[in-house]
Order: sequence, then structure tokens, then C-alpha cells
Amino acid sequence: MTLLEHTPSPAQLRRSAYRRRQTVYSVLVAASSTAALGTLLVVAVTGAPGWDRVRRSFLDPEIAVDALPAVLSGLWLNVRLLVCCAAGALLLGLVIAVLRTLRGPIFFPVRALAASYTYTFRGLPLIIVLYLLTLGVPGLRLQGTPPVLVLGGLALVLTYGGYLAEVFRAGIESVHPSQLAAARSLGLTYRQTMRHVVLPQAVRRVAPPLLNDVVALQKDVGLVSLAGPIDAVRAAQIATAQSFNYTPYVVAGVLFVLLAIPLIAVTDWVTLRAARRQSGG
Amino acid sequence: MALLRCRGLRKEFAGNIVLDRLDLTVAEHQVVALIGASGSGKSTLLRCVNLLEELDDGTIELDGEDISDPRVDPDRVRRRIGMVFQAYNLFPHLSVLENITLAPRRVHRRARAEAEAQARELLDRVGLGAKADAYPDRLSGGQQQRVAIVRALANSPRLMLLDEVTSALDPELVGEVLAMIRDLKADGMTMVLATHEMGFARDVADEVCFLDAGRVVESGPPEQVLGEPTQPRTRQFLRRIIEAGRL
Ligand SMILES: Nc1ncnc2c1ncn2[C@@H]1O[C@H](COP(=O)(O)OP(=O)(O)O)[C@@H](O)[C@H]1O
Ligand SMILES: [Mg+2]
Repeated sequence: MTLLEHTPSPAQLRRSAYRRRQTVYSVLVAASSTAALGTLLVVAVTGAPGWDRVRRSFLDPEIAVDALPAVLSGLWLNVRLLVCCAAGALLLGLVIAVLRTLRGPIFFPVRALAASYTYTFRGLPLIIVLYLLTLGVPGLRLQGTPPVLVLGGLALVLTYGGYLAEVFRAGIESVHPSQLAAARSLGLTYRQTMRHVVLPQAVRRVAPPLLNDVVALQKDVGLVSLAGPIDAVRAAQIATAQSFNYTPYVVAGVLFVLLAIPLIAVTDWVTLRAARRQSGG
Repeated sequence: MALLRCRGLRKEFAGNIVLDRLDLTVAEHQVVALIGASGSGKSTLLRCVNLLEELDDGTIELDGEDISDPRVDPDRVRRRIGMVFQAYNLFPHLSVLENITLAPRRVHRRARAEAEAQARELLDRVGLGAKADAYPDRLSGGQQQRVAIVRALANSPRLMLLDEVTSALDPELVGEVLAMIRDLKADGMTMVLATHEMGFARDVADEVCFLDAGRVVESGPPEQVLGEPTQPRTRQFLRRIIEAGRL
């Protein structure tokens, strides 16, 4: 027991005291510099000659309260679309990436199709895909055409699936060939090797960039409103047209940022964890 | 009867002939050590036997079956052969126990409880029982390599291929891995091992084959090949090894 009760030497005590003083000092410096910068910003903005006009047309509390319900119900559409499209695009991307790794002549057409898909949809602007699907497909007047919202979601899934497929593929290729040799030498089939050895390592490695693309998707789902459905930004636009005041846009913007914060925080956390694992810690 | 019989093996990589009309026969319960300079084709030979490389000529028979026939399912052949690599090649995302039970569960369709019980027993036998739930990056090199050997053994292979399994290890960790291979020999396991440990080859091998430029230049009992080599190239190789202080 005596071994555990370590009495710090005078030198160590002096060091600890010095470090404590340094910490207090750092906190004080950070607080005062933040306060100074904040004051400066507020004075600069509110002191500007046009501040009163800007405040009336962008930050009117009454109009904000009036627009909130419509913008919120638009945001609910964004959230639902985001969840469905993110799941669909992740699944599609994974399937395409795996198809592109298949070897052997039988799979040539599959490989070629998967490759041309990623080339096409990464090159094609999202807006064009969106118009083609939401305006072109219903124009065919076929029986059982899905609603515009589903077609719009499909456009998002197709476009983002192309990006995510490349991210997954990079992950699959980053798994060292010796891992495949080890798995095959145990008698695992190609499919079992992919499923139990390659993909788990690949997905872990590319989780940060995948989530980053999901954050980008969150901002793009609103583009379906170009085809009719009313998302948060479109709702804000309608409210703005009625009140001749831009406050609804600010409301929508604030809500978008609030919605993104948890997703971005998760991304940062996963990235940090991946970096720690890489460094062997 | 011969468990493994390689006849006239040829393998080239982009015009570079790595195996050249190579013959090798391994009887059941026999331990054969492959020695030879770096680049002499030891790893390639082991990879060909495990069907990880495609042959350019020759035949390989395992238990009398021609496994180099392209109609043979390589996955089925590999289940009868255990392979251990220089760099361990454990799966970093799986625990020790999961590494060992992966093939028994997925390939041999054993129940999870049964596979884990067998894995724990094998781990206990080599003194690694306490590491069952650890991840590979928490183990020393010697422990990782012993887990890799256990992983290969969990398939109950007929033949073990060991490719310089101590070359990546710190000198003080080599002994524990070699001890494990000695125990395997005592249990009657048939093994082909590529090695730079001449002392170990002399100790454990029934036969030593000296490879040079893709051919078996000299083979025989260890005392003969390592003690009184008849071929000038074998003598030259052993002289270099002795100068490097490894014999
Ligand atoms: N996949 C490969 N592609 C091209 N050359 C290779 C490949 N694998 C091995 N070689 C070459 O084959 C020769 C023998 O290599 P190897 O079998 O690893 O020898 P050893 O294990 O005896 O050191 C070397 O010259 C090496 O460069
Ligand atoms: Mg080698």
C-alpha cells in the first residue's frame, strides 16, 4: 500500500502550481478577447447607417412568428426526404461499389453498367436529373406513375448514390490485399470475404466522408420544391412574397443550421474516432 | 503416402520466372523447411499450393487429388490447408475470438457456441485464453502470430503452410512462436515452412529444401543439407547466413 501513496517532490509541487496559474490565466485571456470581439461586431453592425432598415426587413419578430408554422411544416418535408434519400443513396452507393469490384467475364455487363452509372450521375447536375424525372416521367402519362415527391426523391438518390458509390469504392480499395489473401486462405468464398472482412473495414474507414455527403444532401433535398412540393425554403419564399419582408428566409436559415448541428457533430465525432484508431491509440 | 506432391511447377510474373520446373513431395506428418535467399520463390511456392496464385505449368496433388485442375473449387481446397503469413494478417476489426471463429462459423457452418468453445480451448492450450476478447492491435507481435496459427488450426487442416512466420518479430518474441510450431509437430501436423531460422529448421524439420532461382537445388535431412551441403550454391548461401550470424 505504501507504494501507492506517492508524496510529490517540492519540484513537482512547484510545477503543478505553475500549471494551475497558467490555466486560470488562459481562461481569462480567452474570455476577455471574446468579449472585445463581440462588442466590436455589435457596434459595427448596429451602428451602420442602414441598420434600421435591414433590421425591419430581415429581423421582424412579428413576421417571424407568423411565418414559423409554414416554414416548420416545410422543414418537416426536408427531414422526411433527408432520411429516406440518405438511406436510399447509401444503399445504392454500396451496391454499385460492390458490383464494380466483381471480377470475371460473366460480370462484365454488370461492371460496365455500374461504371457508366457513376460516370453519368456524377457528371449530371442535380437540377437536370430533377427536372427530367419530375417533369419528364409524368409527361409520359403512364399508368401508376409515382407522385412528384417520390420522383424528386429518386432524383436525389440517383445523384448522391453516384458520389457515395465512389466513396465506398475508395474504402474497399484501401483494404490491403493481404487481408483478402488471409480470408481466402481460410476457405471463405469471395462473397463471405467481402461481407465479413472487406466491407466492415472499408465502411469504418470512409464513414467520415460518407456522413459529410449526407450533410450536403440535407441542403440539396429542398431542391424538390422546384417541382412543386413545398419545403422550408419554398415556404419562406411564399411568406416573403405575402409580407414583402425577408424575415421568413432568416427563420428558415436558422432552422436549417439547427437541424444540421447534430449531424455535423456526429460527423466530427466519427472523424475524430477514426483518426484515433488510425494512430493506433 | 504423399500428402502433397508438386510436379514441374512453373510460375512467372511478367516474364520473370519465379518457379522453374519445381518438384516437392511431402509425406503425412512430415515437416519440410524451405530455405533460400530472399526472392528465391519460397512465398510464391506456398501461395501456389494454397491456390492463391495461378500456375503457369505443373500439377499439385493433395491427398491424391489434383487440386491444380481448374475445375476444382479452390475454396474447398483451402479449407483443408492452413496458411500463416509473415505479417500475421489478423482481421483488425474482429476480436481474437471472432478472428478464430470466422471460418468455422461461416465456412464450416458450426454453431457459434461450439465454435467459440473450440477456439477458447485452443487459445487456452497456447496460453492466450485471457486475450480472447482483445482486438489484435492490443497484442504483441508474438501473440498476434500465435493467434494467426490458432486461426488456421481452427479449420482442422490436413496441411499447414507457414511463410516466414517469425521474420517480423522482435528477437525475444521468436521463441514463443517456434515453441508452438514444435508442439504442432509433436501432434503430428504436416507442415511446409519457409524460414530464415536455420537453427530451427535443423531442429524441427524432417527435410530441408534449398531453393534457388525457383528450383529445389538440394534437399535432404537437415544434418546433410545444412551440415554437409554438396551443391556449391547451397554452400555459398549457408556461408552468407553464417557470416550474418544466423546459424
Ligand atoms: N505478385 C507478384 N508480382 C510480380 N512479381 C512477384 C509477385 N510475387 C512475387 N514476385 C517476384 O517473385 C520472386 C520470388 O518472390 P517470393 O516468392 O516472395 O520469394 P521469397 O519468398 O523466397 O523471398 C521475386 O523476385 C518477387 O519480386
Ligand atoms: Mg517470402
